[in-house]
Amino acid sequence: MLTFTLRRLLLSIPTLLAISLVIFLILELAPGDPVASMPLTIPPEVREKIRESLGLGAPFHVRYLLWLKAFFVTEPLHALDALLGTDFAAGSQRILSFQSRSPVFDIIAERLPQTLTVVGMAYLIGVLIAVPIGIISAYRQYSWFDQIGTLIAMLGYSVPTFFTGVLLIVVFSVHLGWFPSIYDTTLVVDSWDSFLLQVRQMTLPVAVLALYNAAQISRFMRASMLDNLHQDYVRTARAKGMGERVVVFVHVLRNSMIPVVTVVALGVPGVFGGAIITEQVFKVNGLGQLLITAIYGNDVPMVQTLTFIFAILIVLFNLVADVLYGLLDPRIRYD
Amino acid sequence: MTDAPARPAEAAGPGGASPPAAGQTRKPPASPAAAVWRQFRSHTGAVVGLTVFAGLVVAILFGPLVWTVDPQLIDIRARNLGPTWAHPFGTDQLGRDLLARVLAGGRVSLAVGVTAMLLSLTVGTFVGVVAGYFHRLDGPLMRLTDLFLALPVLPLLLVLVMFFREPLAGAFGPEMGTFVLIVSAIGLTSWMQTARIVRGDVLVLKEREFVLASRSIGTPSRRMITRHVLPNVMSPIMVSATLGIASAIITESALSFLGLGFPPDFPTWGRLLFDAIDYIRDYPERVMWPGLAISLVVLSVNYMGDGLRDALDPRIRGR
Repeated sequence: MLTFTLRRLLLSIPTLLAISLVIFLILELAPGDPVASMPLTIPPEVREKIRESLGLGAPFHVRYLLWLKAFFVTEPLHALDALLGTDFAAGSQRILSFQSRSPVFDIIAERLPQTLTVVGMAYLIGVLIAVPIGIISAYRQYSWFDQIGTLIAMLGYSVPTFFTGVLLIVVFSVHLGWFPSIYDTTLVVDSWDSFLLQVRQMTLPVAVLALYNAAQISRFMRASMLDNLHQDYVRTARAKGMGERVVVFVHVLRNSMIPVVTVVALGVPGVFGGAIITEQVFKVNGLGQLLITAIYGNDVPMVQTLTFIFAILIVLFNLVADVLYGLLDPRIRYD
Repeated sequence: MTDAPARPAEAAGPGGASPPAAGQTRKPPASPAAAVWRQFRSHTGAVVGLTVFAGLVVAILFGPLVWTVDPQLIDIRARNLGPTWAHPFGTDQLGRDLLARVLAGGRVSLAVGVTAMLLSLTVGTFVGVVAGYFHRLDGPLMRLTDLFLALPVLPLLLVLVMFFREPLAGAFGPEMGTFVLIVSAIGLTSWMQTARIVRGDVLVLKEREFVLASRSIGTPSRRMITRHVLPNVMSPIMVSATLGIASAIITESALSFLGLGFPPDFPTWGRLLFDAIDYIRDYPERVMWPGLAISLVVLSVNYMGDGLRDALDPRIRGR
């Protein structure tokens, strides 16, 4: 198991390097110019100076390697310095945003809590709803509960989040006025009232994303439960006099959770990157919104770094899913 | 088990659904296509999906012949109207008729969905067949597939559209340029699932007797693929095709919704929804029509895909 994990970790290095090169190349080939939107009164030689100060003077491969170095060496050192108060990375060049001229990772660190509270909470709630629904739907297959569950799951992943979000805004904030339609990030939670406000403004975006996630995961849960409910060992357990509760919750559930846990792990990168649309609908200024504004503002370092972080998360959680699968299911051995 | 005689009776479906009592005597269908159609018909959701989808397609294709209002016609006196007989869906902030705009937007959205699906299907099938059939290419092609699967698709699509919109608009004109860009971007980032499924099926097929027999009489690889391999992997390809339309339409509307799709005066469903958001406080009903249209198409296509998957699976068919 350990050798498998190590081998996969080593294999993911070339994959990540290839992805970073692809991302860098796409942005390199893109015709956008960060100084193009500056006033035309700037003389050409000053314009050239600005380009150089943005780090655009060097040829492509040099900038690529410098960016890799900054991403993998300087930024982790800076994080270490910030954590321990040491001074490893003093004076080294960090990745700077074209728009704000401040380090990209500082901005990301500012935005991350919003994304994690809203999107992470939605994912958690989605999983917590999906598992019981999947269990009941499978146990009472073709019952009215299962039929309704199937319909809602189908709706949940067919109706795009930008429409469910807008629909909820129309109903709950325009007509009923129960919840705000815009997420206020400046709200400081320090009292019971502000906590209630925070809960109210989180309700709609969390509901949209939770529905979307629950729809997919509950289908997996149901299919996996159905696979196991008809296995021989279930019949054996019943035959030797196990209670129905024990059969379902101990024997079947534990075995059914194996594929579901991996699916849940595979969905985690989506928590960071996939909620771009929902963040845009509710004006949550998280990572997704940061990416959109960076793309609009031609902020190449920001776009590169964010996209690459999303790619790292995808590769990492693919690995986590594979390892979890092996750990949870003793029949699977990667040797 | 009257039809699909090649399959043993105990082959249960992957869902593990308890099989209904076997031995119902039914007339064997005349052809495999008839068997598929019979199974497809027994899936209520799929039939409803097919009906709704066909209805929407007919409305979008032939609706503009009946409802001959120009979707671009600006009538500033009639702006922000609710539903009336003159404008069944109301009008927008420039007085343009929303019914005509939803119909026109549907043409674009469907065209994008179908073309992007065809592109992704072609790439996916090609990669899958080549990787499955030629052992030497299997490794590199599957690594490439894994690489594409690890790409963060939506951020990349946004970047591609944002940065390459203008040069392509210069080359093909603003609408056609965006169309080419969006279709190729969606197509080139969504072929991986098809490739994986097709490769798996081709690997199994390659070991079957009829392929070995065909090879023993010296059939060249090219004819082998077109005559024996491709027809036998058609069913997973058809299922991915159906589901591919749905995901392409969602992606296109998501891009338009983020303001990175087609130009503003060129209606698509996502764009109409995006434009209506600004007026959501005063005219909340305006977001409904494009949103409902997207949701209905995707829902019906997904149900069709579900039914098709069951119908094309010989282990389920005929039970």
